[in-house]
Amino acid sequence: MSRVLPYPLLTASLLAMWLLLNGTSVGQLLLGTAIALAASRLMVALQPSKPRLKGWYLLPKLVAIVVADIWRSNIAVARLILRRDQSRRMSGFIVVPLDLRDPTGLAILACIVTSTPGTAWVEYSSTESKLLLHVFDLVDEAYWIDLIKSRYERLLLDILT
Amino acid sequence: MTMDLPVWAALLTGFLVLLGAGLTLIGTIGLLRLPSFYERMHAPTLGSTWGTAGILLGSIVFFSVMQSRPILHEVLIAAFVTATTPVTLMLLARAALYRDRTEGSTAVPRRFSSHQEDAG
Repeated sequence: MSRVLPYPLLTASLLAMWLLLNGTSVGQLLLGTAIALAASRLMVALQPSKPRLKGWYLLPKLVAIVVADIWRSNIAVARLILRRDQSRRMSGFIVVPLDLRDPTGLAILACIVTSTPGTAWVEYSSTESKLLLHVFDLVDEAYWIDLIKSRYERLLLDILT
Repeated sequence: MTMDLPVWAALLTGFLVLLGAGLTLIGTIGLLRLPSFYERMHAPTLGSTWGTAGILLGSIVFFSVMQSRPILHEVLIAAFVTATTPVTLMLLARAALYRDRTEGSTAVPRRFSSHQEDAG
């Protein structure tokens, strides 16, 4: 199993990408499978880190939460940009202590944080597990720290441990 | 050319494309108007999230209805945009932070203590 399919997730993603780009047919399915198998075998040489998705069933929940949050903050930031009086808004940096140390989890968290308008990932220290964020509309520092920790980090920890 | 596009699909496509384009426009206005670099960094995110999503959803609806089969390769654009934006954004943010710290600006936080040895 692991000799033929060293990275099953990568193989599946490559096949899905092939079928999305070329359309689904028996021929494309065979060709895509062959290419996906060969490409993921080549990846062995690079030894990428292999995430263990123990709580994979929580992934749809995470995606739903993130899509809804991105929508909400799109509207919020659009309102703030169009507001005439820019001096009323305070933006600033916050430091979030993280329990998440898995590189894949941190990469996903980085995608979530940067994709959400209003928060930007600025710096991360792996020795201290601290994350420096810039928040566009910083009213309450504790609110943002709690948002990152209880809304995203908790789920990511459950998915990846 | 688009004679056989039903009204509901035309309306939905129009709404989604306008939504995406509108959000992207607001993001661009923000890029022009906001006072500091770190604040300007947030504005284009509108275009790279629901701005892109609106236009892509419009494209999915339009081409799926026109060709009467699901066209979903736009999903790949969304996936790659989401996966690559953090790289650019972090590069820009850290470059700005490095510049501001080198200049001794008080508006940016200090380095985390583990980096202290090379703090200027």
